[in-house]
Amino acid sequence: MALLEFQHVSKIYDNVTRALEDVTFTVEEGEFVSIIGPSGAGKSTLLRCINRLVDASSGKIIFDGQDVTSCSKKELREIRTKTAMIFQHYNLVDRLSVVENVLHGRLGQKSTLSGVAGHYTEKEKEEAFRIIQEMGLIDQAYKRCDELSGGQKQRVGIARAIMQHPKLILCDEPIASLDPKSSKVIMDHLKEINENKKITCLVNLHQVDVAMKYSGRIIGVTAGRIVYDGPTEGLTKEMIHEIYQSNENDLITDVAG
Amino acid sequence: MEQTMDIFKRRKMTYTAVFLVFIAVFAGASYVADFRVVDGILSFPAAISWIASNLIPDQAALERLPNILDKLLETALVSVAVTVVAAIFAFFFSLLGSNITKIHFAVKRIVRIIAAFFRNVPDVVWAMLLMFSFGQNILTGFFALFFTTFGLLTRAFIETVDEVSSDCVEALEATGANLIQMVFQGIIPSSLPGIITWVLYMIETNIRSSTLIGVLTATGIGYLFDLYYKRLDFASASLVVLSIVVLVLVIETISNKLREVIL
Ligand SMILES: Nc1ncnc2c1ncn2[C@@H]1O[C@H](COP(=O)(O)OP(=O)(O)OP(=O)(O)O)[C@@H](O)[C@H]1O
Ligand SMILES: [Mg+2]
Repeated sequence: MALLEFQHVSKIYDNVTRALEDVTFTVEEGEFVSIIGPSGAGKSTLLRCINRLVDASSGKIIFDGQDVTSCSKKELREIRTKTAMIFQHYNLVDRLSVVENVLHGRLGQKSTLSGVAGHYTEKEKEEAFRIIQEMGLIDQAYKRCDELSGGQKQRVGIARAIMQHPKLILCDEPIASLDPKSSKVIMDHLKEINENKKITCLVNLHQVDVAMKYSGRIIGVTAGRIVYDGPTEGLTKEMIHEIYQSNENDLITDVAG
Repeated sequence: MEQTMDIFKRRKMTYTAVFLVFIAVFAGASYVADFRVVDGILSFPAAISWIASNLIPDQAALERLPNILDKLLETALVSVAVTVVAAIFAFFFSLLGSNITKIHFAVKRIVRIIAAFFRNVPDVVWAMLLMFSFGQNILTGFFALFFTTFGLLTRAFIETVDEVSSDCVEALEATGANLIQMVFQGIIPSSLPGIITWVLYMIETNIRSSTLIGVLTATGIGYLFDLYYKRLDFASASLVVLSIVVLVLVIETISNKLREVIL
């Protein structure tokens, strides 16, 4: 059974903006899928419908055998623990330390009281430090997050996501605010998680070349519709121009074709 | 090019117009209120010499200092207590009114209206109203300050919370955390600096206000001021005022230090 299934999902904001229209696709466990498309195409909306940061207007989303669109509040929190999210602007609690932010990944699985008090078990703390080590942040573990660089912050974001033990990681433009070198570090980490921890990755990207390098499958979205869904090798130059509604030499990315 | 010149020219004209309107309003208002600018300025020397001869604390006034300090401490403590209690109530109330907690848009509206009501009735008016129920009592002053502080801080906290924590709250929501966990792990840590700044500011404000309210309710330092003033003991009254100024300065220094340490 597929890990994630979209069935005719549409999203209309404020009764006017059609952000998604009749989106249908499935993602199997262990896949690394990139979603590309022009600004405003609905990529973020698509990702956010999965953990219901945005509510789909119609259609069904099945994640891990559960209907996301019609579940109870309690079930939704449970689904959210299994779908971690990584943000373009990192969305860390800047005034807390790295390790506290990483431990936030456990919040959904803790009782209200221990979450409020910030009480974590020794095992959880050990794991947090191990993940921080893997992310190459051990020297920063006790630093406040507002003292970190963008690339380091995003690694904290990834660490927080891993801490959740998710089945699926949703990445909304994880490298859009980073320089090329930090971008590579982040993408390599995601790839590594995908291969070694067998966590499925769904990544929104603006960089077509990065998407082609890292993912096995690409979904192209234009104006709320899926216009391409297939293996990376099948993505032709013409297809890319169709996704971005562009002509020859309109794109900054040099597409080898 | 022509267009940019146009923008500069228009801005200059706007400034000139605003300035002229300002002068006109001032002149008009002075005329209506029968306020003579020249006379006002000319009366300064006389006022200053009166202050010099009457308001300098003398020996008799200094003997009252222990009494004054005692009341001053009482006033300061009440102001701090009021502000802290109001801040706690205001924080949880402001969560209902913020965009982040997304409880219900009607709740949000009602919270904002209630907060506006409490802070737009001046504390002195609250004190006069409450005097009917509590009489001339320290409770009257306490509640009068509490209401305005509560209203003002609720409004301030709503903005602080909305501005500061929407991103991290979204991330915590995505981990499956519940609302209470988001409040304590996301909202409080991120908005703490803003909250503390507001609370310290309100403590300063409330010390000043409580003097005036004390005159009405016959409590605290305001009572002493009123007493000396009515006895025409201006030297002692001015000592009271001086001691309040010193207290506010001290509080300001402490709060600046505190801010440096915490933030
Ligand atoms: N909260 C919202 N309220 C109203 N309209 C929205 C909201 N969020 C997104 N939209 C609209 O929905 C459409 C899709 O937006 P979305 O953010 O999903 O695009 P995107 O592909 O992620 O764009 P980008 O690449 O710039 O991030 C846009 O037209 C946008 O204006
Ligand atoms: Mg987006």
